[in-house]
Amino acid sequence: MTRMQGIAASNGIAIGPAFLYRVELPDIPVRSDADPTEELERFEQSVDAVRTHLESIKERKRGQMHADNFEILDVQKELLSDEEYGDKIRTLIQHQGRNAEAAVQEVTEAVVTEFSMLEDEYFRQRAADVADLGNRLIRNLMEIADVDLGDLTEPVVLLAHDLSPSDTIGFELDKVAAMCTEAGSSTSHTAIVARSIGIPAVVGVGTIDVREGATIILDGNEGVAIADPDDATLAEYHERKTRDEKRREELLAKAAAPAITADDVHIHCVANVGSVDSARTAAEYGADGIGLLRSEFLYLERPRLPDEEEQYTAFSQIADCLPDTTVVVRTLDVGGDKSVPSIRMPKEENPFLGHRAIRLTLEEPDLFEPQIRALLRTAADRDVRIMLPFVSTLTELRTAREKIGTIHASMTAQGTAVCDRPKIGIMIEIPSAAVIADAFAREADFFSIGTNDLCQYTMAADRTNEKVAELANFLDPAVLFLIKRSIDAAQNAGIPVAMCGEMAGSVIATPLLLGMGLREFSMSPSQLPEIKDAVRRLAVEDCRPLVDTCLQCATASDVRDILQDFLDSR
Amino acid sequence: MKETTLTVKHKVGLHARPAAKFVKAAKQFDSKIQISNITRGGDRVSAKSLVSLVKIAVACGHQVHITADGSDEDQAIEALTEFIVNTMEEQP
Repeated sequence: MTRMQGIAASNGIAIGPAFLYRVELPDIPVRSDADPTEELERFEQSVDAVRTHLESIKERKRGQMHADNFEILDVQKELLSDEEYGDKIRTLIQHQGRNAEAAVQEVTEAVVTEFSMLEDEYFRQRAADVADLGNRLIRNLMEIADVDLGDLTEPVVLLAHDLSPSDTIGFELDKVAAMCTEAGSSTSHTAIVARSIGIPAVVGVGTIDVREGATIILDGNEGVAIADPDDATLAEYHERKTRDEKRREELLAKAAAPAITADDVHIHCVANVGSVDSARTAAEYGADGIGLLRSEFLYLERPRLPDEEEQYTAFSQIADCLPDTTVVVRTLDVGGDKSVPSIRMPKEENPFLGHRAIRLTLEEPDLFEPQIRALLRTAADRDVRIMLPFVSTLTELRTAREKIGTIHASMTAQGTAVCDRPKIGIMIEIPSAAVIADAFAREADFFSIGTNDLCQYTMAADRTNEKVAELANFLDPAVLFLIKRSIDAAQNAGIPVAMCGEMAGSVIATPLLLGMGLREFSMSPSQLPEIKDAVRRLAVEDCRPLVDTCLQCATASDVRDILQDFLDSR
Repeated sequence: MKETTLTVKHKVGLHARPAAKFVKAAKQFDSKIQISNITRGGDRVSAKSLVSLVKIAVACGHQVHITADGSDEDQAIEALTEFIVNTMEEQP
């Protein structure tokens, strides 16, 4: 029995066989006296198998994925017969007596090395496609269970070093019972995906040394993963799992009902979504609307920018998952740790402090205009609002408003159906915006406090760096001060204020935020039932005194203790 | 031998899927077809290999030089010019 402690990234308990995603291959024997005819035959068989496999993925995903997402599969298929890849492997086998797997490895490594040295980010990323292809071929040749998520019959616990959007886009997510990664934090991609589809996840467990198929207990509530549990542990967790599921079912049953506090204040619990699928999940989990639609999903894994029509279709589809509600769409937020292939971004010394999000899009009409046009059209007969990310100065808001005004006027003049007046709000995620929130509140139509970035910029602690991530704590009094300031500014100006960071979905923070006057909480769909339940148990009146008490604390852990005591006493 | 110099105006250049299509187009001909990226400088590589094409990393605005040598060199140059000028331009 091996126990691994990590960060609880998504709630729930799962028990299932381990599925090692893209693990290191075993040592490959290298021979120079293999029988060319035999080896060539083996190689061609594996090429056929891999080709068939790629076809089947394509077939399965047809209709679910945008055509551009097939690109990787097409490229891989082409490589199998490429003179510099497939043919080179054949030559090695025929003329150097190399065994098939060694030949594949040799050529794959050479191409990956060459691609990795390319200057251009997008070309460089193709190295991963070649590596993945080589991996598939070698697995097939060595008869290492070439399991693909789509071929699985029972849900697995997926173990990986770390997962990126290009990894998860190919997953058959209904075959994943839980996820566990060696790296990552509670705001990393793995955590966000797990929460959005409602499966347990533990991240940052350090080295995973587990064999394929071993029984894994994954406790996303406590951040624990246990491999090869003994009978007693297994029995205990089966029981915990049943209890946990029962509780979640009860919560889910009540999730559709509005969240009204014990003293009759209606709290809007809305969802953060990043795809049509997650919008559907949000509807199932009782979201009162969408508080944050991350538009980046339209740009992932494709060489071309999405056009206006495609964006319009996607925004409409998502908005229609939750009819008659408010949908807040964040304009493209790339840069920092988020890059997309269709946008060239020069390497920066400090990408987190660099040319990203609104700073980039305001300068690039090709990025800004089609998106705004699509949003204004979606808003013609729906309550769709535009949210600007990463605003640090009033000038940015004014420039954006002016540009949107011009686009709106020209569309109206052309007779295109658009909303009467665009509603433009900002993310409060840079400390400068929180500090002068009063000035912003006079010009923005709404605020949404993005606590993940607000914490990391206030505390100067990179949340993707495990060594300092702990500092970027939303309960730190300095962060609380800025949050309070933003909420007060919005209320004084009479504009709506929401919160869409991790803090909004954390029960520990709910009473404090209610006390501060927050009335709209936006979170991952799977967190909705729990937060709604917490809201119903609390009374805003009782929460108010917490604000001063917490703001007077010196440390985040003092704040946590006070809030925990408060919750325990309910 | 036939040759031509063209500017790639396609927004993301000649990579991945467009590159795979270009390679497919080139493979239809018997002639030996080579391509080099004038803007970046460097190797003249086979236009019939996706790996080679990715390695010369043709981005938007880059000039490429294409040569064809063989029985169907005229048709090859014509078809590949057509591909770079028209087919790729259709995709904004």
